[in-house]
Amino acid sequence: MDEKPRRTPDDHQRVEPALNLRGEPARFAHTNPDPEAIALGQEIAVGEADVRSAEQSEYVRGTSLWRDAWRRLLKNKLAVFGLVVVIVITLASICGPLTIKAITGITPDYIPSNDVKRIKSFPPFTGVSGEFSWAHPMGTDNAGRDLLARVLQGGQISLFVGIISTLVSLIIGVSYGAIAGYLGGRVDNLLMRLVDVLYSLPYVILVIVLLSMFRSQTPRGQLALLFVALGSVSWLTMARIVRGQVLSLKNQEFVLAARATGVSTSRIIFRHLVPNTLGPVIVYATLTIPQVMLTEAFLSFLGFGVQAPLASWGSLASDGVQNIAIFPWQLIFPGVTMALTLFSLNFLGDGLRDALDPQMRTD
Amino acid sequence: MLRFIIKRLLVTIPTILVVITLTWGLIRLAPGNFYSSEKKLPAAIEKNIREKYGLDKPWYQQYGRTMWNILRHLDFGTSLKYQGQSVNTIIRRSLPVSASVGILAYLLALVIGIPAGSLAALKQNSKWDYSSMAITMLGISVPNFVLGPILVLVFALSLYWLPPSRWDGVLSRNIILPVITLSAVYMAYIARLTRAGMLEVLRSDYIRTARAKGLSEANVVIHHALRGGLMPVVSYTGPALAFLLTGTVVIEKIFALPGLGNYFIQASLNRDEPLIIGIVAFIAITLLLMNLLVDIAYAFLDPRVRYQ
Repeated sequence: MDEKPRRTPDDHQRVEPALNLRGEPARFAHTNPDPEAIALGQEIAVGEADVRSAEQSEYVRGTSLWRDAWRRLLKNKLAVFGLVVVIVITLASICGPLTIKAITGITPDYIPSNDVKRIKSFPPFTGVSGEFSWAHPMGTDNAGRDLLARVLQGGQISLFVGIISTLVSLIIGVSYGAIAGYLGGRVDNLLMRLVDVLYSLPYVILVIVLLSMFRSQTPRGQLALLFVALGSVSWLTMARIVRGQVLSLKNQEFVLAARATGVSTSRIIFRHLVPNTLGPVIVYATLTIPQVMLTEAFLSFLGFGVQAPLASWGSLASDGVQNIAIFPWQLIFPGVTMALTLFSLNFLGDGLRDALDPQMRTD
Repeated sequence: MLRFIIKRLLVTIPTILVVITLTWGLIRLAPGNFYSSEKKLPAAIEKNIREKYGLDKPWYQQYGRTMWNILRHLDFGTSLKYQGQSVNTIIRRSLPVSASVGILAYLLALVIGIPAGSLAALKQNSKWDYSSMAITMLGISVPNFVLGPILVLVFALSLYWLPPSRWDGVLSRNIILPVITLSAVYMAYIARLTRAGMLEVLRSDYIRTARAKGLSEANVVIHHALRGGLMPVVSYTGPALAFLLTGTVVIEKIFALPGLGNYFIQASLNRDEPLIIGIVAFIAITLLLMNLLVDIAYAFLDPRVRYQ
């Protein structure tokens, strides 16, 4: 992005703009031929110049892409709502399980011993003998584990999967797309044809085959496998977006200048081109997170993803579906939490797109 | 155009071979065997099993035989778990279930999504526009495995209006809940795509011309704007089919439908190699052909699109 020459407020050698900020032609005192009007004109000109310099310095400070985008984002009520919900749920997921442990001594995988069997599958806010109680605000699951603690721990894993897989897709997709776009020609053709082929594969089906065949004995091993599977398929669109951006940037003067001064190809790609694609990349990455989380939940729901005692919103929903007729809260709490998070992330992503790249707006 | 179709078909065949090889490779590289989940077998019996399924031969012979049977006779072999049933029989039996749910869901999504999106575009920035866009965002964000059970809870287990699960043919009340659950996401996407496409088209010169000629607003929208405004929906049909195929996996599990997806999950859990390869290959072929059809339809609908 070619930046406008920045002017600081203490820049005395300011060039007068042909048009002022209101779009009117600037009036210069010395062009006024009437001698009587000169004094008046100068006074007006001085006054205007003062106003203009104040306005202009504000304008100059405001032109930073990120500050501008942030201001536009804050104007979008739905995006702000999304941002707040995402922050609240993230904080709750990080601190929640520890807080619950500190207050009640219950961990997400704590299963009560056999003599307190009656606490299994208890409704929200209900104690052992059916009275109102704060012990389990979301009730318990069918092994007697506290559902609130599990939903929050599930949030940790769901958000973690979403963010890590998105980072993997960022690293692979951005470098792949930038290299294909900058080198062009035969390399580009080959690399993008490969993306086309991969695009047309039923990848979720292949991921299911991968996860079921290499089913790990440990829950952590399965989680690692899930990262590999999700990260390796989610970079395709990112590669296409970055390639498109690089194609439109690579013939601009700053790249020519870099090449003329002998900057190496890899340095041009990663220090000059990639930083300039950041806007669309951030927007798409924000929209990738809910997609990956949804895929993870889908796989966990089918039993191929996160395994007990670990929990994700998908695996909790899968457990909840078994008892939907008798204990509906076991599905509703993780399901609604997940839907709310995805809803907020989608709104945040849309808001970011409108803020960072107003031309991409659909309205 | 013909050259384009031939070129695409020539790319399709190696792609399918790659998919089959990849699936075969994944199954074979994984530790264990399809009979290894059962208790430890005596050596003689294990030897017999290996001989019966040709597992004693070198891997390239096994691979060659699998590929040869598929290419030569489109024969994916016999299922390892569903004894005596060929993969082709299972696919032929389960496909109508998945296809009818999938097609009905997509039709429902079109029937509701297109008018909703068009109305939102025609009354841009109205209350109607904002509320329909918020509802579609909800449709995109609520996973179908959450929506499905909640619909079952409300309409089957509380109100007793509809049966909660099981398959009873296309023309039964059992199909209503699965179709609604599956179509929710597509409805939302189609409404958003229609809105975006219509907003772009409604500003174009030929719409102004049509209005200037004095055509009625309904005529302008239905005959002129919709044709251009629906292009994003047409190009979405390809990816939508891919998601429909995976979507039915969940739907069939929730509603206990004997469809392709349910068999695929069972086959994956059982390591039923011929059945996995058969279903994966079938899905890949369908997907690639549908994508090709979408591209061809695109060229016919939009005269600006030309393929070399």
